[in-house]
Amino acid sequence: MDDRVILRVGAKILIPFILLFALYVQFHGDYGPGGGFQAGVIFAAGFVLYGLIYGLGNVKRVLPPQAVYICSALGVLLFAGVGYVTMALGGVFLDYGVLAHDPEHGQHYGILLVELGVLITVFGVMVAVFYAFAGRGRVET
Amino acid sequence: MVEFVDIALLVLLGITAFSIIRQKNLFAAVMMAGIYSLLSAALFVVMDAVDVAFTEAAVGAGISTILMLGTLALVGHSEHQPQHRPILPLFVVILTGAVLVYGTLDIPPFGDASNPVHHHVAPHYLEESEHEIGIPNVVTSVLASYRGYDTMGETTVIFAALVGVLLLLSLGPRPGRVASNGRATTTVRERDKAVSEEGMEEAQGDTLQVSDEENTLEDTNG
Repeated sequence: MDDRVILRVGAKILIPFILLFALYVQFHGDYGPGGGFQAGVIFAAGFVLYGLIYGLGNVKRVLPPQAVYICSALGVLLFAGVGYVTMALGGVFLDYGVLAHDPEHGQHYGILLVELGVLITVFGVMVAVFYAFAGRGRVET
Repeated sequence: MVEFVDIALLVLLGITAFSIIRQKNLFAAVMMAGIYSLLSAALFVVMDAVDVAFTEAAVGAGISTILMLGTLALVGHSEHQPQHRPILPLFVVILTGAVLVYGTLDIPPFGDASNPVHHHVAPHYLEESEHEIGIPNVVTSVLASYRGYDTMGETTVIFAALVGVLLLLSLGPRPGRVASNGRATTTVRERDKAVSEEGMEEAQGDTLQVSDEENTLEDTNG
């Protein structure tokens, strides 16, 4: 794809905004539509676009497969970890109210962490599946 | 006006579905599937389910189209002529559809305020989540807090799906089978072998580098 100047330049301009939009969707999920699932997919789409335009080898240098696998497990761990922390603090599993003195603030922290876990797992899984499909039976350069 | 939009979207969905069935070129079929997802997302917006619409647009029209294209790059983009007659599958599909339609006759009327679903926990979520959770988007409250268990299960399912995909794709092609793009599997194998050898060389280079660094560290310490 060395000769596709418009695609390369266009992708370079778009990718930062895609990643920023994903973060907006993530942290604005409390007030408007959006949340971890959508944000994770959009964040992954930024990297998938980079991989499509600049090649699988380049995107793997930016984001090694190992890091992606760790991400996909880390999100689930974070989600379940929040549940265990709430248990340790005297609540029931995933009862975020005990995370802060004011239960409402606790709910805020809990939802923030849990949505972050969803984002990390969805992002990791989407990119890892893309790597798995795109890298099959192909020589990496 | 809303009815007109509903009907227009449903007609477009129907046309897209039929053209997917009729389409023999798989690239075109994948593109039509993306359009189908986008139309469903528009339908969800009309039904005020913006969160679902968002997910459908991002996952259905975005990522899954890319993954389907990635699959086509592996398997080729023309559909084989079916070996069997379509009578039996058609019968099974029509029978299943008829049973499903019969099943819908029992469910309460669509959008009726007296439906059981509107009198269970939904009023509590709508009225109390502002005080109990403190965030304006009720969908996020339900998803992340009231139904936190479910969301954790969903996240785990996504992770499990990745494990399944990786396991399936890491199985090599069967020996003696020719890849669909005409390239013999042996060439793929040889290439894989070459790649792995390259990787080993790289890894060895890395370890050498590391040991050099350790040496310099020891030197500086000494």
